[in-house]
Amino acid sequence: MEKFEVFTGVGAPLRRSNVDTDQIIPAVYLKRITKTGFEDALFAAWRNDPDFVLNQEPYKNAEVLVAGPDFGTGSSREHAVWALRDYGFKCVLSSKFADIFRGNSGKQGLVTGEITDADTEKLWAALEANPGASITINLVEQTATIGDLSVHFEIDEYTKWRLLEGLDDIGLTLRDEQAITDFEAKRPNWMPKTLPAKH
Amino acid sequence: MTNKPLTLAEKVWNDHLVVKGENGSPDLLYIDLHLVHEVTSPQAFDGLRLAGRPVRRLDLTIATEDHNTPTWDIDKPIADVTSRTQINALRENAKEFGVRIHSLGDAEQGIVHVVGPQLGLTMPGITVVCGDSHTSTHGAFGALAMGIGTSEVEHVLATSTLPLKPFKTMAINVEGTLRPGVTAKDIILAVIAKIGTGGGQGYVLEYRGSAIRALSMEARMTICNMSIEAGARAGMVAPDQTTFDYLEGRPHAPQGADWDEAVAYWKTLPSDEGAKFDAEVFLDANTLDPFVTWGTNPGQGISLNDSVPSPDDFSDPNDKAAAIRALEYMDLTPGTKMKDIAVNTVFLGSCTNSRIEDLRAAAAIIKGKKKADGVRFMVVPGSAKVRLQAEAEGLDQIFKDFGAEWRFAGCSMCLGMNPDQLAPGERSASTSNRNFEGRQGKGARTHLVSPLVAAATAIRGTLSAPADLNDSAEAN
Repeated sequence: MEKFEVFTGVGAPLRRSNVDTDQIIPAVYLKRITKTGFEDALFAAWRNDPDFVLNQEPYKNAEVLVAGPDFGTGSSREHAVWALRDYGFKCVLSSKFADIFRGNSGKQGLVTGEITDADTEKLWAALEANPGASITINLVEQTATIGDLSVHFEIDEYTKWRLLEGLDDIGLTLRDEQAITDFEAKRPNWMPKTLPAKH
Repeated sequence: MTNKPLTLAEKVWNDHLVVKGENGSPDLLYIDLHLVHEVTSPQAFDGLRLAGRPVRRLDLTIATEDHNTPTWDIDKPIADVTSRTQINALRENAKEFGVRIHSLGDAEQGIVHVVGPQLGLTMPGITVVCGDSHTSTHGAFGALAMGIGTSEVEHVLATSTLPLKPFKTMAINVEGTLRPGVTAKDIILAVIAKIGTGGGQGYVLEYRGSAIRALSMEARMTICNMSIEAGARAGMVAPDQTTFDYLEGRPHAPQGADWDEAVAYWKTLPSDEGAKFDAEVFLDANTLDPFVTWGTNPGQGISLNDSVPSPDDFSDPNDKAAAIRALEYMDLTPGTKMKDIAVNTVFLGSCTNSRIEDLRAAAAIIKGKKKADGVRFMVVPGSAKVRLQAEAEGLDQIFKDFGAEWRFAGCSMCLGMNPDQLAPGERSASTSNRNFEGRQGKGARTHLVSPLVAAATAIRGTLSAPADLNDSAEAN
């Protein structure tokens, strides 16, 4: 995973709440067995609508998404994060993220910054007043800045640290392998075992 | 050790702590059971291959094919090339890494959340994960069960653990007695309508109270299944005699001394007297009606006796905007009686409502009745075992006589990854869990309902409760 500190890119205002992962990437695109190449699938149904924000010229190359509350609800599909990432998004800002989506994002280097509803409105207004404007995401300071407007975003300390350092979870966990082995030695015998298979 | 009263979720959490997180880092939790399916696993196995890592505990891992599989002509090669490729990838990965797999045509194949409990692998007090958000289903046993993303699937395959931040706890108290025709599905739809699709975010829900205690295991699974639709990653019900009776004698349930030891432990799991929840919700079971959704998220639900709401009924600007959009997508006019809404298709299936009790309940309603003209009724059992059981009981004949399609097991029209989809503009009454835009097919419109409402709707052609059937008999 690449390290993330400060990033500047075009911001897109997505004035919708409850953007579920079925909207971010419909199930038909989940049949692929690769981890990349999902850019065409992002918001696939909505991209047929010429009025959809990413179909408007200034926002076509957007890299920061500012969305309404309850972003990423529903299905656990990590493909939603891959599609956002492959399209070019580096950061999503919303006043509320679904738990699984937020977890998946942190593992793929996509920053999910939690902002207030009032700040969401301010960022939307600023982006719409100046289509194609850039937002600077400063992960160290936890700020999102458009010109003179700067808002604070929340992100949990552990995810922030991993993103800043570009660390991979499995590698981190395997540093505790002895503790895992010790735990396994104490597991009771009644616990489920899939093997040998019984019918 | 202090004697602080603990909740069920806290007890299971504490008993799975491998490493306690410090300075803001997450706890490392041991994962007892990992369920795998074809959609969210290929990239995880790829990751293992690239890093040269094995599956740490093959004896805690099991795979089944469900999301992509056809529910018709299952003895023929899968027609859709990408679906076939993905299923073949799972088969090859299972073979290469040594993972137990139940493929299409196998007697244990089926929806992953139906298969685990059916085999007796899902037990109280364990941790269960799967790359599927409806893993919350297994919480019905008093397990801590949650959906994970593909990176986490790889993590669990490699380490049998997961780094997790502690959750808050929310008690959902449902007291009273359900009226005839009202089911577990109506309870959970009412809960989601009450707390919203984000209401459970960051929480583990514990469903409590006399109405929950009175439910069968399958009904409890229906409720826990849709915890994710309230934003909660996990939902739980404390184990009791109903749980033990369901488990005893299943293929992988503990036996002999192990069984006794397990039950003794399971009896210690219910939340202690005085345990503190971070939030509490109350629902009166006595007054609950059959519940259905009118919009495009599972929180947009109302009593079947109500009418389609108006955007003006919502004070929150986001809710109002969502209602306007949902009504347009659903092609509904505020004030229309829910019972006047006609459907094209009725879908009985999905990890929410495809178990034997669901099929029995629907069959009892339709037996000897005639299906509404022009309505398609698809019945998709949750597993090959459920299908066999239903056939042994003669339920398949009841469905066939009624004019329903009696299909093979899988996720099917719940998410339409296989050919089981609605056409654009078509409307369904569906016993599944999500009414999102395009979920059951591009432009498709979904009303979430219970199996009883599904059956009554198939007879009348409009959203209906079993009680409405008596009225229509008089009208005829």
